[in-house]
Order: sequence, then C-alpha cells, then structure tokens
Amino acid sequence: MSEKIATRVAYGEALADMGADERIVVLDADLSKSTMTDMFKKKYPERHFNMGIAEGNMMSVAAGIATCGKIVFASTFAIFAAGRAFEQVRNSIGYPNLNVKIGATHAGISVGEDGASHQAIEDIALMRSIPNMVVISPSDAYCTKFAVKAAIEHPGPVYLRLGRLSVPLVHNENTKFEFGKGVLMKDGSDVTIIANGLMVQYALEAAGILGQDGVSARVIDMHTIKPIDREIIIKAAKETGCIVTAEEHTIMGGLGSAVAEVVCDEYPVPVKMVGVEDKFGKSGNPDELLKRYGLTAENIVKKAYEAMQML
Amino acid sequence: MEQKEILALKKIAANIRKGIILSTSAAGSGHPGGSLSIADIMAYLYFKEMRVDEKNPRDPDRDRFVMSKGHCTPALYSTLAERGFFPKEDLLTFRKTESYLEGHPSMHMVPGVDMSTGSLAQGISAAVGMALAGKIDKKDYYVYVGMGDGELEEGQVWEASMAAAHYKLDNLICFVDYNGLQIDGKITEVMNPEPIAEKFEAFGWYVQSIDAHDFEQIEKAVKNAKNQKGKPSMIVAHSIKGKGVSFMENQAGWHGKAPKPEERDKALAELDEYIASLEA
Repeated sequence: MSEKIATRVAYGEALADMGADERIVVLDADLSKSTMTDMFKKKYPERHFNMGIAEGNMMSVAAGIATCGKIVFASTFAIFAAGRAFEQVRNSIGYPNLNVKIGATHAGISVGEDGASHQAIEDIALMRSIPNMVVISPSDAYCTKFAVKAAIEHPGPVYLRLGRLSVPLVHNENTKFEFGKGVLMKDGSDVTIIANGLMVQYALEAAGILGQDGVSARVIDMHTIKPIDREIIIKAAKETGCIVTAEEHTIMGGLGSAVAEVVCDEYPVPVKMVGVEDKFGKSGNPDELLKRYGLTAENIVKKAYEAMQML
Repeated sequence: MEQKEILALKKIAANIRKGIILSTSAAGSGHPGGSLSIADIMAYLYFKEMRVDEKNPRDPDRDRFVMSKGHCTPALYSTLAERGFFPKEDLLTFRKTESYLEGHPSMHMVPGVDMSTGSLAQGISAAVGMALAGKIDKKDYYVYVGMGDGELEEGQVWEASMAAAHYKLDNLICFVDYNGLQIDGKITEVMNPEPIAEKFEAFGWYVQSIDAHDFEQIEKAVKNAKNQKGKPSMIVAHSIKGKGVSFMENQAGWHGKAPKPEERDKALAELDEYIASLEA
C-alpha cells in the first residue's frame, strides 16, 4: 500500500470494524463526519449518540454510560476534548478510572486552514498529567488499528490522538505492536530519534539523510506516551549516547518532556527536542505549516548533530 | 401515604440529620447546611422509593442516585449508613486521611455511591449517561439526581438538560434543593439563576414545584414524574438550608462549616427532642 490514510480515517474504520461488540457506545459532538465516528454510526446507529456542541457534557455523559458496563468512545477535535473538557475528563473519567476512550482527532498544526484556535499543540501534555490516563498517538493506519484495539481491551481511560492529514504508512501488516512498548523501526548506534504521530515518517527520512553522512541513527515509534516504554529509552541512551525527540506538539510537556523525564531520572544524556516551539499555530496549508514550524526531517537532522556535538 | 409511614420517614430523616451533625463535627469540616436541606428527600428516596439493596450495591438493574452537589456527602453517607450499606460508626471517620468516606463521594470506595462527584454539574451529566444506558439496554431503572440551586449557575447543567430532553430520558428524575443560599450569600445576589422552574420547562422538562420537607408532596411529585413519558423530570424542591437545626436554618454561613462540640451537642439534643415528640 503506497496510499496515504489519515489516522482519523483509520480510527473511524477500526471503530466500525470492531463495533459489533454490544458494549461499545460512541458519542460525538457534531463532528462525526470529521472524526469519522460516522462510519460506526452507519453500521450501529442504535449505539451512536450525537451530544451536540457540548463537549464538557459529552465527557461526563460518557463517564455515566461507562458506569453501566459499557465501553464508551467519545470523539471531538483534540483542542476541545483535551482543552475545553479537560476538567470533565479529569474529574468524571480519570479520577473514577472509568472505561472511556477519548478519540481526539484533528490534533496538531496539520489541522491546517482552520488555524490556531483549532490546532491542539498541548493536548498530550494535558492528558498525560492525569493519573489513570493512557495516552496513545498512533503514527499510521496500522498503528491506529492496534491503538483502537488496545483501547478497547484496556480497562480504563485512554486518550487516542489522531490527525486530520493523510499520512503514509510507516508500518506493515507484520509490525508487532505491544501496549506500552515503543516500536524499533530501525536500529542504530550514534543517535536515537524517538518520534510519534506523523513525525515518524520524518524521523525515518532524517535517519536516511544521516546515514548518507555515515551517521547511524536508531528510530523508535513511541506511539504510547503513557505508560512510556522506559526500557527502550534507557537502552537507547546507553547504546547510542544521545536522543532527539520529534512530535507534532509543543516541546513543553509532550513526548520530548516525557523522554527527558526518564533519561534524567536514570541515565542522563542529551535530549534535543523537535516540536512546536512555544508558539500558537496558524491558518495555512498543512504541509507548508509543518515546514514553517520546523516539523521536518531537516530539523531532526540538525538537532541530531547538535546532540552528538554535546558528547 | 399513611400517617404511620410519614412518621416513620420523619424519624429516619431525623436520624439522617443526626449523622450529618456527627460526621461533620467529628471531621471538623464539611457541608452541613445543604446536607440538612436535602435530608427529607434522601429519606424518601432510599426508604420509600428506590430499588436498591444494601447487600447488592452494584446490581445492574438498581435505581441510581447521583449527588450532583457532591459536597453534600454528609447527607449521602448518613443516608447510606442508615440504610445499611456500611456501618454507622464509620461516619465518625468522615474526611479523615485513612477513611474511605472522603469529603466528596468516591464511587469505588463507598458502597452505594453510584458516581464520583464534587465538581458541580458533572453529576447531572453522568446521570444523563446512566439514563441513556438504561434506554440502550431497555432496562426499567430510574436515575435520581440531587442538585443545588447555586449549581444551576454552571453552564454544564444546561448542556445536560438539553441532552436529557433531546433523548427523551423519562427515566431521569432530578431534584433541585432550592434553599436560596450559596457560599457568598443569596443566590439572587451572587448570580441569579431564577426563574428556575421556567428555565427547565423551556428546556423541555416536566417540572413540578414542591416543599422539600413535605413527604406527601415528595411522593406525589415522584409518582407524577414516573407517569411522565418522553420527558425528563425536574422537581424544584423549596427548602430551608440547615433544616432541622434551629441555629443553622436559613444561614449561608453553615454551607461549609462544621459544628463545634457545643454546637453539635445542641443540634443533637434538638433532633433527639424532635424524635421523642414523634414517638409520643
């Protein structure tokens, strides 16, 4: 498959595919044609409920449904799911540890033309700060299908971070995904690039560029930010000596920070972060925005050299 | 309802009030005012109306109660203890560090608590979810909610109300404990949520107004609510904050202040005297 599929589309398809389980109930906030929960709705209309443009209520309603033995998916844009409804997610879902999966689409600046108000650049930071919350940011369609399945099987709150933009497949049908474990995409010895979401494709591209220069870069798809795979991080720190993280998110509090927390705690090495540098996004073409905000293979390469120079 | 039954409920409600006083004074903190004002409704629901079994608190077919005004744990816990969900003496551990009886209710720790609440308006939304689940599963349980009048200032209440009417949740019966007071004073002076009944009517609910301390009115309202098809029900219950303890009645100051030992003793004496008068 050389086609590109948005992770939100893979999410919608996975929900529809796995939706025969009568315990699954899906809620949306007037965005079902964008979040793709519409696919589930077409197959199981009796278990899909639009809650309208009222995200706070939707999250607490999801919690209430979950107390009755259901597996609830609640979807809207990431900025509203993690931002507007943060306290409901924290107090109604996280604190009582209820079986609600937040399918948050349109995360990051790749949302594009809608602009800053709709581009969630802080949702990972917010969600991982909640105890009991599992946080997964899948990189492609295969990873998304795994993430949805893992979410259904996990007995508690899950935040699934999905994107609007169509992205290439970086995995294949043989990729072995495991809950809470990073995927080693490519081995290497000089530097490790830890990425997730749509940045994984650029991490692989960067590794290729570095390789041409004789630099051996390891690449890890860290789809699950919480619980984070400490083992693979420490191994990378010990074996490659420095790390570059790459995320479609602010560098304050997301994947980079999570990796740095592990590294500083157990095996301090330089950690350079590629991400949005404490700026709001803006309206524009998604690919152009990614370049404008430095979410590129070139920038990962630059940070890799900076990290290696610190050794 | 027969006089005998009313008398029995009054006695139960008085015992619930004693538990409210005992737990908050033992803790040295807590919310007696709004707990006392809802005590009669709690007595009615748990001893006359709701399908609950203290031996099977997680029965999927049970009626549910959500204390959306979550700070009124003294009322909720005292009622649950009176009903036998857990030992009454545990009320004295309220809010203590090692206790399962936390300041705001925790559903996994306290038998009989159907939802963790505390942050206002999230409870009514959760109740909407429980009612919706009941419709999905074609079950016949009811979901009851206890709300504050100050709580109505939270926008989420109106999101939930819109959703409840939209999904025709006639298995949802809510009470607003309309005692007219919130922390900073009268609700009309802080942020006026009135007119309350009219607002819920406008949102498509079946609305009734009653005296929160009259068991016959409570019973009639719940019966009427259950006969309603296609609409959620709101029972606007006019109440007196601090009801049952003379020096606490109608005082904003007793919203979140625990009675000191002398005050506790005075309150208990009043309630004991009242119980004695019922038995006479």
